[in-house]
Amino acid sequence: MTAIIYLLAFVAGFSIMSLELLGGRLLAPYFGSSIYVWGSIITVFMLSLSIGYLIGGRMSLYRPSLGRFALIFLGAAVCLYPLVYFSEDVMNWIFERIEDPRYGSLVASSILFIVPTVIMGMISPYSVRLLVVSTEHAGQIAGFLYFVSTLGSALGTLATSFYLVLWFEMQTILTALTGALLAASLIAAATAWRRATPASGALTAATRRTGAQS
Amino acid sequence: MIALAAAMRMRVRPAGGPGLWLLMIVTIAATGLAAAPGQARVIHQERSLYSTIIVDQQGSVVCMQFSVRRDQRNQSCMDRRRPKQMLFPYTRMMMAALLLNPEPQRILMLGLGGGTLPMALDELLPDMRMDVIEIDPAVVRVARDHFAFAPSERVSVHAQDGRVFVKRAALKGERYDLVMLDAFNGEYIPEHLMTREFLEEVRALLSEDGVLVANTFSISTLYEYESATYASVFAPFFNMKPNDSGNRVILASTGPLPDAATLEARAEILGPRLRPFGIRMRELLPLLDSATDWAPDARILTDQYAPANLLQNH
Repeated sequence: MTAIIYLLAFVAGFSIMSLELLGGRLLAPYFGSSIYVWGSIITVFMLSLSIGYLIGGRMSLYRPSLGRFALIFLGAAVCLYPLVYFSEDVMNWIFERIEDPRYGSLVASSILFIVPTVIMGMISPYSVRLLVVSTEHAGQIAGFLYFVSTLGSALGTLATSFYLVLWFEMQTILTALTGALLAASLIAAATAWRRATPASGALTAATRRTGAQS
Repeated sequence: MIALAAAMRMRVRPAGGPGLWLLMIVTIAATGLAAAPGQARVIHQERSLYSTIIVDQQGSVVCMQFSVRRDQRNQSCMDRRRPKQMLFPYTRMMMAALLLNPEPQRILMLGLGGGTLPMALDELLPDMRMDVIEIDPAVVRVARDHFAFAPSERVSVHAQDGRVFVKRAALKGERYDLVMLDAFNGEYIPEHLMTREFLEEVRALLSEDGVLVANTFSISTLYEYESATYASVFAPFFNMKPNDSGNRVILASTGPLPDAATLEARAEILGPRLRPFGIRMRELLPLLDSATDWAPDARILTDQYAPANLLQNH
């Protein structure tokens, strides 16, 4: 289970930075590629992550489980996917109302990125809670988790800026990120379910499934 | 004068190859100016939000560069003894836009550089009004201080992103007779100024028989993609591609392209007026070629797919 949580934290780290890089490209046609556009995006991501850490840590106090962990990933995927369809409408709407591209880009990145990024920010502290069994190793585990998720972020940055934008349209990359978060959610759910149904688990599952079908 | 031009060309394209070197040496020797050029002297240097701007002077020629690297191309040059002269082939080629629309009233220029083109058009067309968009306020300052660029009530400068200005202007229903795009400095391409959506927005800004002239690239794999992208919005267009230049100039119109006879007739009238700027019609006319010389199935650059910088080094 430990390995799976680390893997999922890696996926989250990758997705966050990939989304941040795409964010700059998404905003450029409406607000330019001036330095303040990147300023807006980075501000919004940092702020969202900080709020996400807070909420994720808070959430880990109440009956922490892999099942809820899976729900966080599901939430991130669900809130990320609309960007594929609605980001242009949102930016058009803002462009028509806010003349100054500094505030335009700030408002646009807030509306587009706060919710999915806050949710992705919840993953790190929640992972720590799931992994830590003794206070003695808490620091070590947190350290390794940050290592894995930040490594994911580095790779997400590199892969997106060097290769993904060269091969694919942004919509395709966003859809793939949604898919990755969804897959992460399923993996967490499956692990939770397997742990909840020991030994006779397979049999119970089969009965449940037939029961549901009939 | 020829030697100077040759020397200029060398400075513009250091990768000119041995032929050009030889040409330069020969011309310098022939005109006996070998001693004149000397070392370029940096007269101004500043780090701006977007680049490092360097102004250097060699003899009476002042040049602007956007990087500390010595092999960088000059952005803009001016001979202080003859400030009207357009020293770069691409600036002269961009003036060919007047062959498609001889009397533009409203002009939009994206990318200022040293301000050579706005100053020339200001002098040539007394009734025009021009908006110049330059993302870097420091470039505007340097153009004013070192390149005789003078904004006026007819030439107004806006320090902002070109794409944002174009989108906003389209929203307000503005119309321009001529849009000049000179925003690519070779180091980093603003990718959002090289997509089909951007060109569609520019097209929406153009008046009837409005003209777009763009200074872009003729090297690297980017050429195919960029040509296909322009063709998707403006086909057919004139593709001015001198053999000895890393630049090419695209000349497109919302109306049909003029035929050879019309171009000749207009060149006849324009020729003498453009002469003081160093522009020779007989150099420009043969470059007005609308043939397709790129793979027609090249991928079109869009807002969704715009890896121009990656393609440039591909």
